[in-house]
Amino acid sequence: MLSVKNLHVAVEGKEILRGIDLDVRPGEVHAIMGPNGSGKSTLAQLLAGREGYQVTAGSVRYLDMDMLAMPPEERARAGVFLAFQYPVEIPGVSNALFLKTALNSIRKQRGLPELDAMDFLTLVRDKMKLLGMDEKLLQRAVNEGFSGGEKKRNEILQMAVLEPSLAMLDETDSGLDIDALKLVADGVNRMRNAERAIVLVTHYQRLLEFIVPDVVHVLSQGRIVKSGGAELAVELEQYGYGWLENEVQVS
Amino acid sequence: MNAQIESWEKMALERVPQYLAGHGLPWVTRARQSAFERFVAHGFPTRREEEWKYTDVAAIAKRTSLAPDNIPPDPASEAALFAWTLAQESTHLLVFVNGHLSTELSALGELPTGARLESLADLMDSNADLPQALFDQQHEHTVFAALNTALTTDGTVLRLAPGVVLEKPVYLLFVASGHGTAIYPRNIFVLGEGAHATVIEHYFGMLEAHNFTDAVTQISLAAGAGLQHCKLLQEGKDAFHVAGIHAEQAAGSRFASHSFALGGRLARNDITSRLNGAECQCSFDGLYLLDGRQHADHHTRIDHLAPSCTSREHYRGILDGESHGVFSGKVVVHPLAAKTDAHQSNRNLLLSRQAEIDTKPQLEIFADDVKCTHGATVGQLDDDSLFYLRSRGIDAESARSLLIYGFANDIIGRVEAPEMRARIEHLVLDRLPQGDQIKELL
Amino acid sequence: MPTSTKQLDELIGREYRHGFVTTLETDTVPRGLNEEVIRMISARKHEPEFMLDWRLKAYRYWLTKAEPEWANIHHPPIDYQNISYYSAPKSGKDGPRSLSELDPELLRTYEKLGIPLKEQEMLAGVAVDAVFDSVSVATTFKAKLAELGIIFCPFSEAVQKHPELVQQYLGSVVPYTDNFFATLNSAVFSDGSFCYIPPGVRCPMELSTYFRINEKNTGQFERTLIVADKGAYVSYLEGCTAPMRDENQLHAAVVELIALEGAQIKYATVQNWYPGDKEGRGGIYNFVTKRGECRGDNSHISWTQVETGSAITWKYPSVVLRGDNSVGEFYSVALTNHYQQADTGTKMTHIGRNTRSTVLSKGISAGRGQNTYRGLIKVLPGAEDARNYTQCDSLLLGDRCGAHTVPYIEVKNPSAKVEHEASTSRIGEDQLFYCTQRGIAPEEAVSMIVSGFCKAVFQNLPMEFAVEAQKLLGVSLEGSTG
Repeated sequence: MLSVKNLHVAVEGKEILRGIDLDVRPGEVHAIMGPNGSGKSTLAQLLAGREGYQVTAGSVRYLDMDMLAMPPEERARAGVFLAFQYPVEIPGVSNALFLKTALNSIRKQRGLPELDAMDFLTLVRDKMKLLGMDEKLLQRAVNEGFSGGEKKRNEILQMAVLEPSLAMLDETDSGLDIDALKLVADGVNRMRNAERAIVLVTHYQRLLEFIVPDVVHVLSQGRIVKSGGAELAVELEQYGYGWLENEVQVS
Repeated sequence: MNAQIESWEKMALERVPQYLAGHGLPWVTRARQSAFERFVAHGFPTRREEEWKYTDVAAIAKRTSLAPDNIPPDPASEAALFAWTLAQESTHLLVFVNGHLSTELSALGELPTGARLESLADLMDSNADLPQALFDQQHEHTVFAALNTALTTDGTVLRLAPGVVLEKPVYLLFVASGHGTAIYPRNIFVLGEGAHATVIEHYFGMLEAHNFTDAVTQISLAAGAGLQHCKLLQEGKDAFHVAGIHAEQAAGSRFASHSFALGGRLARNDITSRLNGAECQCSFDGLYLLDGRQHADHHTRIDHLAPSCTSREHYRGILDGESHGVFSGKVVVHPLAAKTDAHQSNRNLLLSRQAEIDTKPQLEIFADDVKCTHGATVGQLDDDSLFYLRSRGIDAESARSLLIYGFANDIIGRVEAPEMRARIEHLVLDRLPQGDQIKELL
Repeated sequence: MPTSTKQLDELIGREYRHGFVTTLETDTVPRGLNEEVIRMISARKHEPEFMLDWRLKAYRYWLTKAEPEWANIHHPPIDYQNISYYSAPKSGKDGPRSLSELDPELLRTYEKLGIPLKEQEMLAGVAVDAVFDSVSVATTFKAKLAELGIIFCPFSEAVQKHPELVQQYLGSVVPYTDNFFATLNSAVFSDGSFCYIPPGVRCPMELSTYFRINEKNTGQFERTLIVADKGAYVSYLEGCTAPMRDENQLHAAVVELIALEGAQIKYATVQNWYPGDKEGRGGIYNFVTKRGECRGDNSHISWTQVETGSAITWKYPSVVLRGDNSVGEFYSVALTNHYQQADTGTKMTHIGRNTRSTVLSKGISAGRGQNTYRGLIKVLPGAEDARNYTQCDSLLLGDRCGAHTVPYIEVKNPSAKVEHEASTSRIGEDQLFYCTQRGIAPEEAVSMIVSGFCKAVFQNLPMEFAVEAQKLLGVSLEGSTG
């Protein structure tokens, strides 16, 4: 589904990603772990289509399309979703209007009829309930005045409503208490199926206790230095990133 | 310019009073003449005056005629215009065509006891009791207000006895047809103790109308009274519009002013309130959405003259094309106004290379126990927000429109009358690419 | 009256420390202004033709101008014919050639002010030019600076020794037509400091000028010109004091800064002219034009001012951001007490691409003082990606003073980002209580709160100046709480 080959990325002349190779197949859950500054957020944002990054080498193919040539909205319509680490506040635009606009843009692309207000509300209400979200948040401006936990749940709600094929979650666990974390994890687990791929970007292993990944990659200084199964995350938790970095240097 | 003033000074003093309301009343004639003398003595303002630094009214001075129209309104040909007005039964509707009340188009509805809603011209012509002092002002805020007194065509006088609450809004629709006429509306709202009302002033011009509107609205709020005032400026693309809205507030009163400048070639609004009694609340909100060669200027002033009053001011501008936006907001806290709480903000979006914004948010503080802040920004749509929207599948143009709408909606959302709010929201969306789509989703 | 107000009232009653008069023989021209006086000033200074022409042009232009009226200041009319436009201490023939030739009385004056002019006693790292009434009387460390090619000398000396530099740069930032007071200065200015830093040179010490008005009925009209050539760096300090007199005295200076490509100029002022007495009698009328131009790409000019003196302050140190990527900064603390009036601020004119400006203004009003921030942020059509951030805070001590904020923002480029924030507050009773409850004396608490309020500006002053500025504010608010 997603195939990243030898990806090199620079920001303002400084190389952040230095040769990433990553293959994600439908149905898989990948976790990308790494210390601060390792480049994992850059990778997630670049894949979602954020501007300001210079791809100096390599390629990204998604569903056999040249993903780097697509503007962010086309990627989204093709099923790419990024849950932001810092969800953006959009004053004056209600959550409902925002989500409806996004959903109908994507449905149109997929040849589906646009949802009317009633169907939309029914759909969203159900998903909100599952995430333990107050329905009033729908009429509030996007993320404005939301608590940290509300913002993260709002991201998961959008994911649930937009039903992406490739969902990337950037540090979605940060700033969540244990109850909220479980709700978020449940939300993600419900979306696991044979067609959908999920990429979790995270610093800690905590989230992975609730969403068990198929593959774990460790990113350090712009490279994937180790890949393995779910057990790799546990080892990391035990020994810290230093252990791995040392190992890399020794080898 | 002076020669021209002189030429129609003669005309105005000799001929105009004869067809203007109240020419039979000596005090009205005196008031008009002395106001006219004040206007002539000062002449049209120039950009050398600080308050007119960014707004050039030379084009108004060059008009061939400033005399108001004497043509009675022709409801038949204009009627089509009003199909879209708010449902008549939901408001007290007064329609003025080219400055004169059209009784055919108006629908006053039923007023509660203690409420009077009348035409100023009718009151003058019938020599009925008028709030004389309010009409005959010796010191105007601008020279255009003096011109208005001299040439007032008609307008509305709303008076509420103490405790009277108007449930339905008063809707004043001023229509300018394509005659290129000069219009001088004068509105006077006097609310007794604890009385409440909502008033909408809607200025609508036919697209091609070259008209000049010089309006004055005076508001007097007794203790505990409350007025929501919403002005919607939707003049034609070549129209000039100059207006003053001036409130006097007694203790514990609440005044909310909303100003939406969407139309006209040149618009200037002077909006002021004097907080004369303790614990007044005053809020000024405004939005100017401009493109083409439009010019809109808001000058506001809030005078805190008594303790423990609160004022809030939120103005926003969206400037496209070669438009020019001006905001000058002044908050003055006088020596006795302890415990003043004043906040003012002006934010602007510049969307084009040729657009220009001049903003001047001012504080003048003469008391120490106060909390006053103001802020002003000029900028563009936020890249992070644009990316966020696009990452959710919304195309770039719609994302821009959505963000502009959101920026405007923070001001629109402050209007309490729901129908009015919806109407303004739609007018704003009509101006945005993909606005129809957003409208459907609302 | 709440305790805090009473305490504040006592705290803000204070004496001016620099109010003594020096008795010296002086050469003072009779009062009045006409072409003869200007020719005389020019002749005393042995000026070349171009200087006299420039002065006369300015004078003739001045005759056609009227005092500006837009500032928020009030004063009786100034009688420009009742001022003497030139006064110099009579020592030696054409001014002192070295410090040993200085009148000892003068040296003692500067010692009293805390500014030692004898090099061996000086703070290492500060070179001083002292201007007494209208003329420069001493410049220290000249030789050491000359080794690096740095010119730091009285303006009148620069006219003699470096006429080509003066002719090239004089009036190129503040033309003689600029405004009423700058025009007057152009006609009659008598001395000031001149400074030129050659390409690539980083001036190794702070350069400093101390201005002192002494003589009665004189005006002081000095002119400072600083040029930092490509890649040069200089930090400049300016201090001012005057005796206590019942009459008002006029000070109308001009400062021009020019930063060429990659150059940086830091200009700091501690202005402590005599502010007048508690009833508002006397004091300096300070009408000053200060402007810098970032002429080259990547240049940088920053103004820092601490304005505690003068009966009237009218000054707007500004930056013209002409070069691409140039940076302009303005940091200001202005304190008005008793009947002082200050109308001060800055103009940032963004012309080049990617230009940045920062404005931070702290106004403190006490007694019946009136304090106005007046600023203009102007972004011209070609100034792609210009950025400005302005913050103006006012602190009111007492209920008879005033604080005013009059910012103008004019933007003609859609890529600009301009932000202005302002707030007004007083020292809250809760703040004072919180401090006193922790055992801090009230006057100390007020001082502390005021210092805290100004901290962000003081951080931009060179160390010695920051200490002095802090002391100055401390003294301003000194007093017993009874």
